[in-house]
Amino acid sequence: MSKPIETVAVCGAGGTMGAGIAIVCARAGFRTICHDVADESLDRALRQTGNFFAKSVERGKMQAADKNAVMGRLSRTTALADLADADLVIEAVFEDLGVKRALFGRLDKVCPAHTMFASNTSTLSITEIAAGSGREDRVVGLHFCLPAQLMRLIEVSPGINTSDATLRTAWAWCEKAGQLPVRTQDKPGFILNALLIPFLNDCIRAVEAGVAAPADIDTAIKGGLGYRMGPLELIDLIGLDTQVRLCEAFYPITLDPRAAAPPLLRRMVAAGLLGRKSGRGFFTYDAGKMFGA
Amino acid sequence: MRYSISQRGESSSFPPGDAFLAGASAGGEVAIHLGTPIKIDATKAAILVELGTECLGVHTGEKAGEEGSNVLGFARYRNGRDAPSQLIELVRQPHTRPEAIAAAKVVFEAAGLVVVVCSDQAGRIIDRLVRPKYNAALRFLDEGLATAKDMDLTCRLGLGYPDGPIERVERGGLAYHHDVTAALFAVTGAAAYAPARRAVVARQRDGKE
Repeated sequence: MSKPIETVAVCGAGGTMGAGIAIVCARAGFRTICHDVADESLDRALRQTGNFFAKSVERGKMQAADKNAVMGRLSRTTALADLADADLVIEAVFEDLGVKRALFGRLDKVCPAHTMFASNTSTLSITEIAAGSGREDRVVGLHFCLPAQLMRLIEVSPGINTSDATLRTAWAWCEKAGQLPVRTQDKPGFILNALLIPFLNDCIRAVEAGVAAPADIDTAIKGGLGYRMGPLELIDLIGLDTQVRLCEAFYPITLDPRAAAPPLLRRMVAAGLLGRKSGRGFFTYDAGKMFGA
Repeated sequence: MRYSISQRGESSSFPPGDAFLAGASAGGEVAIHLGTPIKIDATKAAILVELGTECLGVHTGEKAGEEGSNVLGFARYRNGRDAPSQLIELVRQPHTRPEAIAAAKVVFEAAGLVVVVCSDQAGRIIDRLVRPKYNAALRFLDEGLATAKDMDLTCRLGLGYPDGPIERVERGGLAYHHDVTAALFAVTGAAAYAPARRAVVARQRDGKE
């Protein structure tokens, strides 16, 4: 992989995570191609990106000229064929093995041999995503944290067939992009979600078991451990339906009972209590205020 | 509200020199037991017994879910060797008198402590929830998922925690973690609480360092 990375394509750039990754790339000086299947998603994401940089200028974190330069490095497309110039493609599409594998398979026919593929998956296996891509040695996991434009950490995970050169290139790219890479094995949830998802489930089970009220559990965790946000407030923010989906991705692979969706979580989702987005989860949200449920 | 303290040995919640100890006065409406056997006294607003890893029921006895009086358990959360936090876990039983809970809150909150109420279950709130996570992190370390430094860094940067699981459990003491998880495992039988290998090693080596 001798050609330096100059152009990065982000697939799923119309989503929250993809848009954040595109910001990281463009801000670091890479020509960045934002790809999504829906034009409207790209419209919204690029509008939000413009707002993000405008706020950076407003707060004195960025010069207006730099903002224009960064925005100038961003281009958009809904056609995969336009990714033919990319040296690195980072996918942040729907968290589904079939979707990701199909994307890499199609990209293999579009991109030149030197192009490296990276997956932003949070729960799936890099080895499995890479399988059948036609370039298993040039596929690597780059898991950004949400919101990507603000969080520096990237979990870097090589699959079984990832070459040492690919891993080195990915690592160096993370550093050049101003991010902080940490290396993990290709195991479910890597570090972050392997620790977080079961912990959040344990908190839900504690509510269900009558250990304490949600507000007391959150106060205990914040007061005793110094966490900025209580776990149940965090689940409300993530979305209870999303937590179910994460469990469903995680549990069948690990068979860890702690990773299984707790019955209370499923009942709450069935009742329409999805967290902040529905106005009620473990807490009730009203005009930005939070009350214990 | 005045409180009296009856103490034997060192308290985990209130180490020597803690201002809370100095605030006690004989004959207070709330009686606090730090390592001493409780004396039932219905005239007290509350009787508070400091807990270790045991349940409150060990001190009061249990009656098929009908237990509860003016006796509450409590522990000021601390991570083993770390200094105590400002958090008090107040342990109630199904029929604990609400006035007793209120009195206990008044006493602790007047001392600047934050109080949460939980039922009489193993590990109370924090140990019940975080010890499996520390066990998992220790196992991941053994299995080579990532280095201790990277796991800690990931939790600090990715989740905004003040410290990572490995540095925290080591700072608190792996042997201490062993004892807490062993007590939880004895009650729950859940594999998540079975002491991690590194904790077992630390307990077995205890005193040899």
